[in-house]
Amino acid sequence: MRLGKGLWVPRPSEGRMSLKGRDLIAIRDLSSDEILDLLARAREMIPCAEGTRVREPLNGRIVAMGFFEPSTRTRLSFESAVLRLGGRCITIADAMASSMRKGESLSDTVRMLTGYADAIVLRHPNEGAAQLAARVSDKPVINAGDGAGQHPTQTLLDLATIHERFGTLTGLRVVLLGDLRYGRTVHSLAYALAQFGAEIVLTSPPELRLPEELRSELERSGAKVQMEGDIRKAVREADVLYVTRIQKERFGDEGEYRKVAGSYRVDLPLLEGAKERLTILHPLPRAGEIAPEIDRTPYAAYFRQAFLGVPVRMALLDAILGGGPAAA
Amino acid sequence: MTDTHDLRISAIRNGTVIDHIGGGLALDVLRILGVHGIERESTVSIALHVRSGKLGWKDIVKVENMELSPRTVNAIALIAPTATISIIRDFTVREKRPVTLPETIEGIVRCPNPNCISNQGEPIESEFAVTRRHPVVLTCVYCGRAVDDFLRHLA
Ligand SMILES: Nc1ncnc2c1ncn2[C@@H]1O[C@H](COP(=O)(O)OP(=O)(O)O)[C@@H](O)[C@H]1O
Ligand SMILES: [Zn+2]
Repeated sequence: MRLGKGLWVPRPSEGRMSLKGRDLIAIRDLSSDEILDLLARAREMIPCAEGTRVREPLNGRIVAMGFFEPSTRTRLSFESAVLRLGGRCITIADAMASSMRKGESLSDTVRMLTGYADAIVLRHPNEGAAQLAARVSDKPVINAGDGAGQHPTQTLLDLATIHERFGTLTGLRVVLLGDLRYGRTVHSLAYALAQFGAEIVLTSPPELRLPEELRSELERSGAKVQMEGDIRKAVREADVLYVTRIQKERFGDEGEYRKVAGSYRVDLPLLEGAKERLTILHPLPRAGEIAPEIDRTPYAAYFRQAFLGVPVRMALLDAILGGGPAAA
Repeated sequence: MTDTHDLRISAIRNGTVIDHIGGGLALDVLRILGVHGIERESTVSIALHVRSGKLGWKDIVKVENMELSPRTVNAIALIAPTATISIIRDFTVREKRPVTLPETIEGIVRCPNPNCISNQGEPIESEFAVTRRHPVVLTCVYCGRAVDDFLRHLA
């Protein structure tokens, strides 16, 4: 939809409170006010997401799900969100997508989808795919993950979970734990939290540190960023503990991986002395980063986080597409 | 007007002179001009390592019977930011201006990220925003990759 220079050129969005008809490619597309507005709308959507209230602002609308890469959680929660809002989905799931990819360019596929639907949700293995789709399509495009790039609705639901627990995003001490180098969810989240003045604590194995450019960008945007090698100390002082997966592929040998993964495992002994209000998040699926014994504690918020994916995506779809065709 | 003895390479009747190219960069400028894009009757002359007051050493490229497209001028601005471009008509300099780096660079540089959508055979050109000028840093508008060694990634 947007014909601008693209995602990486600063694009001030102040004063543009309406999301109607807009794309969402990266969390940077949203101002802090727009994020807070979406989180408020998401809260109102919770009864509808639970099925105890019915609101159908997408009645009569069709949303295309272009999933060119395997995804269960994201695709199902988007589909659920569309259906809850009274809209309908047409879906390209991975099997079909791979046969489609044989001959057809993404540009052509997107042009086709643009003719069939009122908005496009796109998951694709290549970085920049959603930006390309947004340029090709005259319908709004929502990025549901582009390779190692952006996944803005994941960030929104992370923020929604934190906001639900604390009633604010400001002044919290958030520990990011695990693979901070390759984990795209953690990059977008750190960026968003920085806009809200969070205190960010980075705890990771040395080989998986947050990229230096991002770290200095966070500092420039006014966030307090600090590295804490001592995981116990980090956890004791945390309001939020955001845990990410440490992947085997990142390590040369199995032994090294086991050692690192083992020392970044969150279990009950690690949480001794933690703040009462400590909230543990994880983008899921987890491998072994969080012991199942944590699930029963009041700290665990990751299943709530997964559920909030539906009302958050409902709020977004409603803001972009709800209430009839977008004014030109 | 130029002193004829200053003309290291022969004077041309009509064409373009790309002067004040930073020492050693003329070959990259030629790559940008693209031998295929230059017609048979356009003689191209190159002078390398010419003494220059401003630059110490400079290179000069002269192309007969050809004026450069804005796109080519942008590309030259990227790799040789000190260059000046003079249009010669009937042996006289008709127009002379420094190159200026535009806000976006289309198609000249390839994104170094192999997984970028711009490297997957899509019917699009690569595109970069100039996100820093001194020294130049380009940022892929698709994947966000920042590039400062773009001479190594000319398309
Ligand atoms: N007729 C010509 N044929 C070839 N090159 C020329 C001609 N006239 C000028 N030039 C070259 O074009 C460039 C710009 O010319 P001019 O403005 O006169 O010189 P300068 O930039 O050195 O002050 C110089 O490199 C000069 O040598
Ligand atoms: Zn790129």
